[in-house]
Amino acid sequence: MITANQYLMVGAILFAIGVLGFLTRRNIIVLLMCIELMINGAGLAFVSFCRQMGSLEGQVFVLFAMVIAAVEIAVGLSIILLVFRNRATLDADEMESLKW
Amino acid sequence: MVEATGLFNKLWLVPAIPLGGALFNCLLGRRVSNLVVSIVSCGSIGLAGVMSLLLFNALLKLPPAERHIELSVYNWIFSGDFRVPIDLLLDPLSMAMITMVSWVSFLIHVYSVGYMRKDESFARYFCYLNLFVFFMLLLVLAGNFLVLYIGWEGVGLCSYLLISFWYERHSAASAGLKAFVVTRFGDFFFALGIMLVFVQFKSLYFGEVFPRAHEVLTPAMATWIALLIFGGAIGKSAQVPLHTWLPDAMEAPTPVSALIHAATMVTAGVYLVARCYPIFQLTPTALCIVAIVGLLTAFISASIALVHNDIKRILAYSTVSQLGHMFLGLGVGAPTAAIFHLLTHAFAKALLFLGSGAVIQALHEEMDIRRMGALKGYIPSTCWTFLIGALAMAGIPGFAGFFSKDAILHATFVNGGMLSWLIMIVTASFTAFYCFRLFFNTFFGEKRWDSHVEHVEHPTQVMTIPLILLAGLAAFGGYMGVPHALGGADKISSFLAPVFPPAHHTDGGSPSKALEIILMAVTSLVALGGIGLAYFFYIVPGGRETPGRLQQTLSGVYKFLSNGWYFDKVYQVVFVEPFLKAADFFWQAVDNSVIDMAVRGLAGFILRCGEVVPKLQLGLVRWYALSMVVGAVIIGYFYLR
Repeated sequence: MITANQYLMVGAILFAIGVLGFLTRRNIIVLLMCIELMINGAGLAFVSFCRQMGSLEGQVFVLFAMVIAAVEIAVGLSIILLVFRNRATLDADEMESLKW
Repeated sequence: MVEATGLFNKLWLVPAIPLGGALFNCLLGRRVSNLVVSIVSCGSIGLAGVMSLLLFNALLKLPPAERHIELSVYNWIFSGDFRVPIDLLLDPLSMAMITMVSWVSFLIHVYSVGYMRKDESFARYFCYLNLFVFFMLLLVLAGNFLVLYIGWEGVGLCSYLLISFWYERHSAASAGLKAFVVTRFGDFFFALGIMLVFVQFKSLYFGEVFPRAHEVLTPAMATWIALLIFGGAIGKSAQVPLHTWLPDAMEAPTPVSALIHAATMVTAGVYLVARCYPIFQLTPTALCIVAIVGLLTAFISASIALVHNDIKRILAYSTVSQLGHMFLGLGVGAPTAAIFHLLTHAFAKALLFLGSGAVIQALHEEMDIRRMGALKGYIPSTCWTFLIGALAMAGIPGFAGFFSKDAILHATFVNGGMLSWLIMIVTASFTAFYCFRLFFNTFFGEKRWDSHVEHVEHPTQVMTIPLILLAGLAAFGGYMGVPHALGGADKISSFLAPVFPPAHHTDGGSPSKALEIILMAVTSLVALGGIGLAYFFYIVPGGRETPGRLQQTLSGVYKFLSNGWYFDKVYQVVFVEPFLKAADFFWQAVDNSVIDMAVRGLAGFILRCGEVVPKLQLGLVRWYALSMVVGAVIIGYFYLR
């Protein structure tokens, strides 16, 4: 029997991988993927709590989160495409002109 | 209380029409010709005058006990228990006032059209003048203290604006400021008095305050309220010790001096005390103080007027002195005589001021009577109307001032005692002397004009006609109050009597006719003596040397008088200079070095912070993500701990 705690643990690990990946990698597409990982980690936590409590609200939230993640990817990828066309790089650290 | 019906429902039109004129002149005055401005402004005052005459007629048809009409125009302030509508009150007192105010204002407006014809700010002048009339009418028609206070402050504002009318002259600007500050000092007491009335009565409405005054107020409280209200009157009516602003107010255009600083606004204090007479009656102390202030003012300023050489300043001190007469009348329990004197003085003094305006313009802005003379042949109409004004002012039998001044002097003799009566007799001789010193020096003798006066400028028709009409009023206005001792009916007293509670509208006791006639004879003789002395000094050949010699032998007295009893000097040393020093200290030491340093220091600190914090913004996405994670961890730590 897999308990809710184990699901939660998996979610937390997914989230942590996402965070670490976001902080350490420089490729902007990978950053986007790390964000997806974090969203899915959070979604897993939602669903497992939801099963534990026997309610449906968490499932609905996750459905929303997935839709929003899809939209976000679409917008994010198109921005990345434009950035790449203009600057010919995918390195997030080189995109640092927007500062004080 | 009688509800307003019929014509009385239109009572609000009396102040509203001049307000309309003021608004027109304010908004459109500069776009239309001077002719339109004059027609609108004079017309609006004239309409108000016609309206007041119609009301007068309607009021006379009512039986005396019902001559008390109230009209609530608008609900102004409603807050819990505190309810102040815009109340108007028409009774014989306010009726007499609005009739006088509107008609004297009308004549002065007409005169101003001629006097100000060359001024660039013609429309501005008439805007202020109309606004003044509006506030003055509101003041005298007010049915509660707060509406009265609006009018009170409004006329003060217009006075300030008109004294400083030629604001590019430094003396005019500072005279306006002085008038404003000094009268505001009195207004402060008046405001306190109003608050005290509200605390005591829970109402500001005359109809609730005055009838209940004797039940609600303890004698001490009545004295406080009366004295605070009188404080306002002292400031506005230029009584000692706050009289110093009025002579300086002569910087205003001369018709303004006639209207505001002689005939109407300065009498507002007298009106106020008369209106609040039910409170003053409860407190002999306050009445006594009113009488003493009036007596001192009448004497002091008449003595100052003896030695001044500026035509308008003489008249200004004369005004202060006559206002003192009125307060004396109020103080000795003769409010009807005071109001009667207010009316006759308004006619005579407006006439004298307008005449002096014509003289000043004839000699191209000359104001020093030592450089006038012999104008009789050049501007005869001004000369003869001026003579009537001077006779009325001096109290020569038959002219307006005689009857009213006599009524006051008689009440003073009966209720005020011998000493105060003697002082007033001396004052009467001073009055006659300075009026005729002014008259003889201006119109008779040889020419002493400045060389730059090449031709005498004659007053235009619009200036002479008001002079003649006012001269008629100054000559015959007194016949509304011929005393019983001379076989008259004393109509003004019986008309005003319902306003004042019965015990005090007679002049106290039942004086014998013989006494009254003797007193009249004495005052008349004294006045004639003053005129005779002036004649001897300034007309009789060689007499002119006498005043010069007197001036040298009595140089101490002369200096004392010509410095106005040193009131201004003392105020300069006691109030103005310490105040300026204190202001300088607070500016340099407190404001510049303490407050400004604190503010600048704080601003500098924040600026410095602002230079450090932006360095954190690197533009690196992962740096931001790291700071978010760190922040989230910290918050999570404290939250889940």
